Amino acid sequence: MKRKLALVAVLASSVMGLAHANDVEAGIAQYREMLQDGNPAELFEMSGEELWTTPRGPKNATMEKCDLGKGPGVVAAAFVELPRYFADTGRVQDLESRIVTCMVSLQGFDEAKILKTGYAKGEQANVRDMATYVAGASRELKINVPQDHQKEREMYEVGKRLFFMRSGPHDFACATCHAEDNKRIRLQGLPNLTGNPGDGIGFAAWPAYRVGNGQMWPMQKRLNDCYRQQRFPEPKFASDATIALGVYMGVNAKDAKSIAPAIKR
Amino acid sequence: MKKIIPFALVGATLVLAGCMSTSISSADADKLTAEITANSFQSKGIAKVERLQQDEANRLCSAANVAGKPLAADVAAAIEAAQLKTIQWPTDGKFLGDHAKGEKIAQSGKGLTWKDKADRVNGGNCYNCHQISKEEVSYGTLGPSLYNYGKLRGVTDPNSPAAKAVVEYTWGKLWNARAYNACSNMPRVGHNGILTEAQIKDVMALLLDPQSPVNQ
Repeated sequence: MKRKLALVAVLASSVMGLAHANDVEAGIAQYREMLQDGNPAELFEMSGEELWTTPRGPKNATMEKCDLGKGPGVVAAAFVELPRYFADTGRVQDLESRIVTCMVSLQGFDEAKILKTGYAKGEQANVRDMATYVAGASRELKINVPQDHQKEREMYEVGKRLFFMRSGPHDFACATCHAEDNKRIRLQGLPNLTGNPGDGIGFAAWPAYRVGNGQMWPMQKRLNDCYRQQRFPEPKFASDATIALGVYMGVNAKDAKSIAPAIKR
Repeated sequence: MKKIIPFALVGATLVLAGCMSTSISSADADKLTAEITANSFQSKGIAKVERLQQDEANRLCSAANVAGKPLAADVAAAIEAAQLKTIQWPTDGKFLGDHAKGEKIAQSGKGLTWKDKADRVNGGNCYNCHQISKEEVSYGTLGPSLYNYGKLRGVTDPNSPAAKAVVEYTWGKLWNARAYNACSNMPRVGHNGILTEAQIKDVMALLLDPQSPVNQ
């Protein structure tokens, strides 16, 4: 009899535990839904579109002839096929590094100066806004990062190695938090980036507006902050390591629907 | 014969697809990764580029992840044996400190990023990955629940001989988790100087003190 009672008690407490966990999950889901009403990312998107079509820089030219991979001037659906190889630079480039390339070649900006500029300052704020605009022109499209060129395949392999690279005082790798399904840090859900984590999740959500700090974060800033929390040294803006990680995540997320620019806690 | 041809074609296609996807050897990819890593990071604040230098345990565990295969049993055992030797036991023989202080350390995820000063008191990051006390509902799930940690292990008096094995294991696990599991995701809290000996004692009390909220 005692045993039976104990068993009932154990079952009851585990059911209560489950109910409690479900409440928490439901609460988080509700909070996320509320966030979707009115996304300030749209303001950055509008600013980006204006920057794209306004003559600027030493050459007083617009960005409208920028080749984002689908030919000069094509913005629609370009984002979901980035990063990709560009013959003119001989590099695999992500959205932000490609925008900088166009700012240099079309508008005459100083590349070294932009790369050195801090996040959201000076021309970096404009890179951010234009990245948000270009990403928005791929809304609801499926991620389709190419692996046709040898260098694209090499960058995938490099990205994979960086993803699993454990180091620093905490022995963290990207994989420490992002290699399993349905895990959390505190209450924050963690996408499994070793595969397709689902529509609008992980790679398919950035650039995103972050409610917590009121900032618009493109992928470069997202990766920068991941590495900060990983206790690594700082990844340089548009460095090959960040682009390789973009290739790895993007190829893994094939067919996930992009909701960028998204809104995050 | 008619039936064989399509199979042969499928086979040839698979071989071709295989060649295309492995256009760089694993050794060359490792080399390229090292070059790119060296060029892609910069020291910032206390987070120097030297942090990219992996020790043997991290190098082997990362490579196993890339290969998608667990470490060979003898390699894992060698890592564990080497890590076990790094554990420093409490200098005064006392394993438990103050559970209330331990709770604060478990709550804090601060320290050791490039934004932090070198003299900042580090947190343990414990709640980021573990459930610990019942009261804190904002806990992560990367690690197992530690609620009722001491109680479930039958610790009624942490100073008793009966509790010795559990107490020592817990200390060792906190100091260097990889002494017991070669590629554990848990930071080597003592070994890598994330927490001080005194802080680890407080976290020990949080987990093992019968008075701790964890064991209620």
